[in-house]
Amino acid sequence: MDSGIQISDILIVTAIMFFIGVYGFVTRKNLIAVMMALELIINAAAINFIMINKLVFKTNLHGVFFGLFIIAVAAVEVAIGLVIILNLYRLRDSIDPEEITTLKH
Amino acid sequence: MTWIDTITLMRNEWSILIIFLLLLATEILLDDRRQHQLIPLAIGLFAVHTIGSFFPGKAGELFGGMYRTNDLLHFMKAILNTAVLIILFQSYHWVKTELAPHGRAGAFYLLLFAVLSGMYFLISSGDFIMFFIGFELSTLPVAALTAFHLKEIRSTEAGIKLILLAGLASGIMLYGISLMYAVTGNLYFADFLVNTDHETLLIFGLVLFLSGLAFKISLVPFHFWAPDVYEGAPIAVTSFLSVVSKAAAVFILLILLLSVLPELSEIWKMILYILSVLTMTVGNLFALRQTNMKRFLAFSSIAQAGFILLGILASEAVGASTVVYFILIYVFTNLAAFGVVQAIKDATGKEEMVDYTGLYRTNPRLSLVMVLALFSLAGIPPMAGFFGKFFLFLAAAGKGYYTLVLIAVINVTISLYYYLLPVRAMLLRTSDAPLAHIRSGSMMRIGLILCVVGILILGMYSPLYDYILSLTNEWLQ
Repeated sequence: MDSGIQISDILIVTAIMFFIGVYGFVTRKNLIAVMMALELIINAAAINFIMINKLVFKTNLHGVFFGLFIIAVAAVEVAIGLVIILNLYRLRDSIDPEEITTLKH
Repeated sequence: MTWIDTITLMRNEWSILIIFLLLLATEILLDDRRQHQLIPLAIGLFAVHTIGSFFPGKAGELFGGMYRTNDLLHFMKAILNTAVLIILFQSYHWVKTELAPHGRAGAFYLLLFAVLSGMYFLISSGDFIMFFIGFELSTLPVAALTAFHLKEIRSTEAGIKLILLAGLASGIMLYGISLMYAVTGNLYFADFLVNTDHETLLIFGLVLFLSGLAFKISLVPFHFWAPDVYEGAPIAVTSFLSVVSKAAAVFILLILLLSVLPELSEIWKMILYILSVLTMTVGNLFALRQTNMKRFLAFSSIAQAGFILLGILASEAVGASTVVYFILIYVFTNLAAFGVVQAIKDATGKEEMVDYTGLYRTNPRLSLVMVLALFSLAGIPPMAGFFGKFFLFLAAAGKGYYTLVLIAVINVTISLYYYLLPVRAMLLRTSDAPLAHIRSGSMMRIGLILCVVGILILGMYSPLYDYILSLTNEWLQ
């Protein structure tokens, strides 16, 4: 398969994804949106693994399998995160990260 | 390799899996009112498991090199087991009164053992896939444990902070691994750095990767989660996070840096040098102004992580053995301190430093354990903590890190001040309303006695250090 996509293109796209994720993680005003930003970061890494495997090191499938595991673990992470967010909502009727201030220096 | 070997090599994993399944089956069969019967079962089974893990095992690889083990790794797992066993003893009363009546004791033990099995796979990992699975398995259930008090806002907040920041750390770490993979084309530790042309990308990947691990060890500037999570979580989980979680992360950092990435030692030594200075200094300075005991111990454990880096910087067998030795001592010392905090919290619900004023008049034995633990953390000679730090500094000085050792010694002096603050409050001050006499249960006593024996014996018993040194020598050959 030669579709003309270079590995550098992929790395640029995933780097942009990664930093959008980091930016969103820091600035979003809703914990669900923070979780979504987190997904962007993790998926940037997963795309990296799969495309590096496909375009550069074609002899084995290490990267593809790593990508599969990342998807599974990311799902677990979101599940646990959402459960805790749900519990916070029940206790306090808000999921704004700025209001999580009970524990402070 | 016969099938017997595949079982004996993974005996820790098999045995924790069997305990896990037994507990799960028992939990399903017992109705909610008899949940407390799970507690002795869990502690008994785990005690047998811990004793079994001390027998030396075999070295070998499984699953085509994805899983590897040797005597040093067996010993590391035994250290983790000991720490978890002590935590189980200390949390007995809390689980029995707070969790068992609501039918949640089983979930607590199951999550705890799942985390532990994740740590086994983490430190035994032979490639980055296994490493990642172990890393996540040893992080994600801890977030659930942290948020275990469903009705308490502080516990839930701590859980959210932990799960979000752990996710960020693992995302950054994954991105780092993917960049290193782009250079090396290999995920197995055994021949990871065969092809190293594009150095810049490799270094960038290494920096991102190390920041993910630094989060788990709570090194400055990746420590912001630690004090908040430690304060909000139930004490049993706090002591688990600050002792077992940190120990496992330090072990895998040690293994990765010394046996997988030694060719890049110039770069990671520079990074660790800076992190070490920052961690010691910031951890100590923030510990000075804490008034909550859990927060105070959190910053103290951040500062201790900075000292551990000295041993990793010294590298080679000597440095590695001092790190393992220090962790062993740190387990007993820190758990003694957390045990006393837990005993007082169980009985009175108080955990501020002010509440400890005049504790010696009413609870001489508890305050004596606390004094021993704090002296050991500060590094006062007859306690084990002194020898742990002494060997770390000696190893680092032996490799020529004189400035770093000087900074570390200055930090030890600062730390002496804040470790003695609770001691002064307990022994010298008198309070108008001291805490009443506390009669802690027999399980808590066993936990505290184990810790005290560890603090007093480990420093004096020199064959232990020689044994660890021989293990690390064997490993790095």
